[in-house]
Amino acid sequence: MKIRGLCFRRGSQVVLHRVDMDIRRGAVTAVMGPSGTGKTTLLKLITGQLRPDAGSIEVDGEPVHTLGKSALFRLRRRMGMLFQSGALLTDLNVFDNVAYPLREHTDLNPSMLRKLVLLKLEAVGLRGARDLMPSELSGGMARRVALARAIALDPDMILYDEPFTGQDPISKGMLVTLIRQLNDAAGLTSILVSHDVDETASIADHIYVISHGEIIAQGTPQEIAADRSAWVRQFMDGLPDGPVHFHYPALPLADDLLPRGVAR
Amino acid sequence: MILEGLARLGRSGLGSLERIGRAHLLLAGMVLGIGEILRRPGLLIAQLFNIGVLSMLIIGVSGLFVGMVLGLQGYYVLAQFGAAESLGVMVAASLVRELGPVVTALLVAGRAGSALTAEIGLMKATEQLSGLEMMAVDPVRRILTPRFFGGVLAMPLLAAMFSAVGVLGGYFVGVGLLGVDSGSFWSQMQSKVDFHEDIVNGVIKSVVFGVVVTWIALFQGHDSVPTSEGVSRATTRSVVHAALAVLGLDFVLTALMFGE
Repeated sequence: MKIRGLCFRRGSQVVLHRVDMDIRRGAVTAVMGPSGTGKTTLLKLITGQLRPDAGSIEVDGEPVHTLGKSALFRLRRRMGMLFQSGALLTDLNVFDNVAYPLREHTDLNPSMLRKLVLLKLEAVGLRGARDLMPSELSGGMARRVALARAIALDPDMILYDEPFTGQDPISKGMLVTLIRQLNDAAGLTSILVSHDVDETASIADHIYVISHGEIIAQGTPQEIAADRSAWVRQFMDGLPDGPVHFHYPALPLADDLLPRGVAR
Repeated sequence: MILEGLARLGRSGLGSLERIGRAHLLLAGMVLGIGEILRRPGLLIAQLFNIGVLSMLIIGVSGLFVGMVLGLQGYYVLAQFGAAESLGVMVAASLVRELGPVVTALLVAGRAGSALTAEIGLMKATEQLSGLEMMAVDPVRRILTPRFFGGVLAMPLLAAMFSAVGVLGGYFVGVGLLGVDSGSFWSQMQSKVDFHEDIVNGVIKSVVFGVVVTWIALFQGHDSVPTSEGVSRATTRSVVHAALAVLGLDFVLTALMFGE
């Protein structure tokens, strides 16, 4: 995948500014940065859910930003996406959620479909939870079911939107292992958007660090760990103050607290 | 100051036009998606159950009481002119021409319309609609179209049920309690209520109301801000807009259908 000069605005706010990225086939590429820096927007642009104001996105030679609806849907059959919330259909049980894309896009007979769904659920360790409804799943289980659904059509590429957010350590560990194993076993290309430094660095082959809509660093996890720039250090080491200020821009405190005209 | 006010007015006008445009694009998408329900009739049947069957209780009870009130009020007025035997005509004509389609549409907007808005709004807020798009499934065709046609088909059936139960309510009060002759009640109704003039026009009204109520409900959900407050506001707007549209359209349709 090639991204060149990508710009995206929401109203007057610049979300992404001249972003260039190369995503290598078969690798786990991470996009990291604090909340609100445009990481999820980047995923939505890659999948064609949003259109850029400028720049280009090519996936396997296809220009996503100019594709029509049917071409985009054809491309999406080769992509899986794990949403932050899981995005499971709440009126279907676990089995039917995973079976959903297969029923929509294939003519498999019920017996074959059942076997495939059970294999996908086995891959994420939830074959035994096939009859549960989404409301009966923990957050970690819901994400694993969503992962099984995302790989149901054997995609070439899978995109993860904050997969570790709000997970307990055990669930995080399971997801970290699954993402790496699925990528290697199925020969996928994975794009992982996250602000969980340790988990992401442990499985990524390449990391892009993004801030205020611009890429400020990139490299292998070791190269990012060795980067001395103040911004990268603040993010990677979780420092409360630095280039990203603790305080949101505001008037001096005294001006806000004291009545106007009071001498200081 | 004046320029700023004008700019705000302009922005608000442009915003409204954009919303109207999006609403019409959604309507076109749902109508063009009819192939989906022909391919999978189960989707439509499920929505006919949700919107139609689950509304039957409130429609039946409301129809009964409205018919009983019509019987009571109609008898008091008609008896003054010695025309109490015409009670059947009055009850039936009022129901099939006006009250059946209008009250049914208002009740469906309140019960099923608000539920549709909340359901679609929550599906949007929980990224279920985006999830479908990422599975290369068009949410408009797969989720909204069956609900739209479910609402359009359910409305005239519910309105017919409302009118039928209402007539029985009027009969119960007029004949059962107030002593109107049963033969006159039915025979006058049969001879004076015209199939084309009254019943067909009533059905046309309820189909139009079905389109409008369901369209507004689905659009409000699809266009809602994906937060709990946004869905709540969309649900309120859905009921208010649908009620006003039904009452306004009823006047226009009545003028077109029954005007000289």
